Parts: sequence; C-alpha cells; structure tokens
Amino acid sequence: MSIISIKQLSKTYASGFKALKNINLEIRAGEIFALLGPNGAGKTTLISIICGIVSPSSGEVLAGGHNIISEYRAARSKIGLVPQELTTDAFESVWSTVNFSRGLFGKPKDHAHVEKVLRQLSLWDKKDTRLRALSGGMKRRVLIAKALSHEPEILFLDEPSAGVDVELRRDMWNMVRELRESGVTIILTTHYIEEAEEIADRIGVINGGEIIIVEEKTELMQKLGKKELRLQLKTAMTKVPDDLFDYNLNLEADGTELVYSFDAKQEHTGIAELLRKLYKKDIDFKDLNSSKSSLEEIFVELVKEQ
Amino acid sequence: MNFNSISAIYSFEVARAWRTIGQTIAAPVVSTCLYFIVFGTAIGSRMGSIEGVSYAAFIIPGLVMMSLLTQSISNASFGIFFPRFSGTIFEVLSAPISYFEILLGYVGAAASKSLIVGLLILITARLFVDYNIQHPFWMITFLILTAVTFSLFGFILGIVANGFDQLQVVPLMIITPLAFLGGTFYSIDMLPPFWQTVTLFNPVVYLVSGFRWSFYGISDVSILTSVSMISLFLVGCVLIVWQIFATGYRLKD
Ligand SMILES: Nc1ncnc2c1ncn2[C@@H]1O[C@H](COP(=O)(O)OP(=O)(O)OP(=O)(O)O)[C@@H](O)[C@H]1O
Ligand SMILES: [Mg+2]
Repeated sequence: MSIISIKQLSKTYASGFKALKNINLEIRAGEIFALLGPNGAGKTTLISIICGIVSPSSGEVLAGGHNIISEYRAARSKIGLVPQELTTDAFESVWSTVNFSRGLFGKPKDHAHVEKVLRQLSLWDKKDTRLRALSGGMKRRVLIAKALSHEPEILFLDEPSAGVDVELRRDMWNMVRELRESGVTIILTTHYIEEAEEIADRIGVINGGEIIIVEEKTELMQKLGKKELRLQLKTAMTKVPDDLFDYNLNLEADGTELVYSFDAKQEHTGIAELLRKLYKKDIDFKDLNSSKSSLEEIFVELVKEQ
Repeated sequence: MNFNSISAIYSFEVARAWRTIGQTIAAPVVSTCLYFIVFGTAIGSRMGSIEGVSYAAFIIPGLVMMSLLTQSISNASFGIFFPRFSGTIFEVLSAPISYFEILLGYVGAAASKSLIVGLLILITARLFVDYNIQHPFWMITFLILTAVTFSLFGFILGIVANGFDQLQVVPLMIITPLAFLGGTFYSIDMLPPFWQTVTLFNPVVYLVSGFRWSFYGISDVSILTSVSMISLFLVGCVLIVWQIFATGYRLKD
C-alpha cells in the first residue's frame, strides 16, 4: 500500500527554472526510502512540495491518502520534516522549541512524550540550553526532536548526515530503524550510495528533476555495485596475457595499468586468485587500489540503460 | 479551528516579548512618559486649556494612540519577518494549520502586546496628569480596533519587507510624522483653513480624534467618521492579507 503517491508532479520556479519534471513515485507504508541524487537534482524541492512549503506547478500528491492541497490538514498532520538547513530559533531553549512544534502541529501538550524524544536523542541534559549555544550536530538532533514531537506517521529527513559525526550517524540510523519498527515510514535524501545502501529498503535515483530509477536496494546494488581494482604495473604490457582472458581485464595508461572490474556484492570476487596468478607469472606491480564507480558514472550508466 | 496551533504561535510570540521585556514593553512606556513630563506638566502648565481640557490631559489620548500604532506595526512586522529571515517559517508553513489560524496567532499576539503597552501608558500617565474617561466602552473599542488594524498592517509590512532596515523605516518615516501631524499636540481648529483640509487626508487624525472623544467628549471630526475610517482601513488590510495568502506571495515559492 502506498502511503505517499506522487502523480505527474512538475515544478517550475518563478525564475523559470524547471526543478521537477513529471515525477511519478509511490512510497510504501512502513519502508525506509532513500532519494539519491547529486546537488541540485530536486530532492529538497520534491520534499518541500509534499510538506506544503513549496507550491507544485502541476500534478497531484497524496499523503496517507489525503490530497496535500485540498486536504492539507489531514495530510500534514501525518508528516514530520527535518530540513536540510539548520534553521532554528537562536534564542529559544531546546525544551520550548520542541514543545512549540508539538503544539503547532495541533497536538495537546504531552511533556512525557517530549521528554522521551529528547532522551532518545541524548538531548535531555541540554533541554534548558539556548539553541544558539548548541553545536551543528546538536542542532540537527533538535530538528529531529521537533519533527518527532508530534508523532508523525511519515518522517522526511533531508540530508540527515550532513555535518554529522560517525557516532551521531550511527545513533541516527538506529533511531530510524526503531521508528520503522514502530510503523513510521521514512524518506531520506542523500548524495552517497553507501548511505542509501546502509539504511534504505528501496532507493530512488533522481537527477536533473527526473526520477531515473526506483528499485529494491538489493537489486539496485547489483546494478550499481561494480568495483574496479587497478594495478600499477612495474613494467608496461602490450596485451593482456591469454590465460588471464577469463578475468575480463583491461589495459590502460599505455599498458602500465591493469584494470579488473568485478561485482563487489558477490561472495567470490576472484581477487585473491587473480593476484596469485599474477605472482606466478612474475607480473609485478608497484601499487594497487580499488574504487567504486562514482555517482556520476552510475548516472551515465543508468541513463544509458533506459 | 485548531486551537493548539494558534495557542502555540500566540504563546511563542508573547514569550518572546516577555524575554525582551525591556525593548517591547518598558521602552515605549518610558519614552511616552517623557512626553507627559515635558509637554504635559512642564510646558503644559504655561499653556491654556483646549475646549475646557488642560493641555496635559489633552495630549494623553494622542500619545497613547501614537505608541499603540508604532508598537502594533513593529511587533507584528518583526513577528513574521524574523521567521522568514531565519528560515524557521518552514515549520509554520508545513503545519496542519490554515492561513487564518497563522494570522490569528501572529496578529493576535502583536495586538495583545501593544494593548498592554497602551494600557500601561494610560496607567502611568495617571501618576502625572489628572484625566477622566467619559466613554470607557468606546475607549476600549478604539484601542482594540486600532491595535488589530495596525498589527495587520505590520504583518503585511513584515511579509513585503526585504530587510530589517525596511521594517524600521516605515514606522519611523511614515507613522511617526503622520502621528505628530495627526492632532496629538493640537486641535485641528488651531490650524489655518488650508492645512485643516490637508490634515483630513491623514488617517491618524481620525484615530486620535475619535479616541480623544472617548475621553473628553470633544473631537475634531465626528465620532461616526472616525469609526468608519478605522473600519475602512481594517477592511483594506484584511483584503491585502487575504490576497497575500491566496497567492502565497513571499511565503511560498
Ligand atoms: N526558490 C528557488 N528559485 C529558483 N530555483 C530554485 C529555487 N530553489 C531551488 N531552485 C533550483 O532548483 C534545483 C533543485 O534544487 P533542490 O534544492 O531541490 O536540489 P537538491 O536535490 O535538494 O540539491 P542538494 O543536494 O544540493 O540539496 C536547483 O537547481 C536549484 O538551484
Ligand atoms: Mg537539498
């Protein structure tokens, strides 16, 4: 069942810039969905439209079965948003700003719930601190607390890991998983494939205002999971030795680099075997490194596939 | 009607005033009291009475109106401009509330704050000057009507303004001169005929005149004209706000 249903959604800003082009997307209830795309892809624009901050130019969006424009009250009361920018009221305390959010979303006071959220995010001992005295990572937590204060069914996290250290990221992912356990649908945006891979159930790739592909994570990772092993050879080769033909090797950089492409998702990558064979054949190398295909390359790949 | 949301915005705005009580409440009260001391008791004692009212008492309604106007405008304009400026407006826009409820929260809080300032000035004035209120009902009506109307005006200003300087310019460059020339310190009758006519284009004249009538029963223009003019201005502001909300002007991209 779709908890968010986006049909033929387009957005042209007043400047004339087309930020979203005919987006169709269904988000399933209870999943963690990652929206993956480079800077300027339209991720924030898409989220802002669903949350009521930006007006759509055309198309229709349902959230929890309610039209976001004609039934905005019902739709918005289900949604919590953690924005990309760290926008907070500098002079408010953590406690008052989180309680304000709950009231703003029409919920009666519930100090026990707010306390629970603050404790969950390790903010309880900061509850009387003014927001301007908090670090960036703490402000991010406060924004998460504000979004959770009114018990949303759908949670948007716009670039949640920007400016966040390893520990907070781990806590955040744990919290996201717990929320999912309790039935909350989570949509997050990111620039990083690794991040989408780590946390999401499904991944949508967006570029230039268009959704390029939406797939289960495992399937997408198979497509995206190509890795390369580059060996800098001591002595240049003119051609790949015949008995290494099975490995699908390429010679690059005037024969000084041997490139092996493999599927990182497979149990058996064949690297150890390849290195053993090279050793036997007395092919020496100065250095080696492995890399994943960049987001850029993946987009090119995906667009070509379509 | 979503009372939790309205009360969240209202309380937030009132709490902000409370935190900065020096600027939002004490400052206007103190500065207006300086007028009573200088113009009312010091200079006023050398001046004759106007239509049977002592000069010190004569200027009180105008002074209260003047700070009511400027306070309403600056409270409301700042209240909505600041979240626009800092970006926290996103939360209000994404909340399950109507524009009307947003307006009730912000304008209601701004009007309450300026009403409190107005009443405090009246109470403080009593320490320096003897005055009486002949029509308390009308006095309160004028106070509320003015506070609401000019808070709406301030709300519009806060949405249209591009920067903090613009927020300050309007009260300082437009409202203060209009208030000074609006009959706070003199009766319109005292002016030459030509300037009497010019004065009738100043909206503040109607406010001050009507408000003064509720105190002493004397006025420059008829009370009916005063009430109509304020109502007209109120309706004008409501129409503009309604248009802003209908188009999302300066609020939504
Ligand atoms: N208010 C606006 N007026 C005009 N153009 C805008 C506006 N907001 C965003 N854009 C443009 O729309 C495009 C998409 O912006 P958006 O913020 O949605 O991207 P994003 O995917 O969130 O990028 P990032 O990863 O950098 O956050 C960008 O090219 C941006 O310049
Ligand atoms: Mg963004």
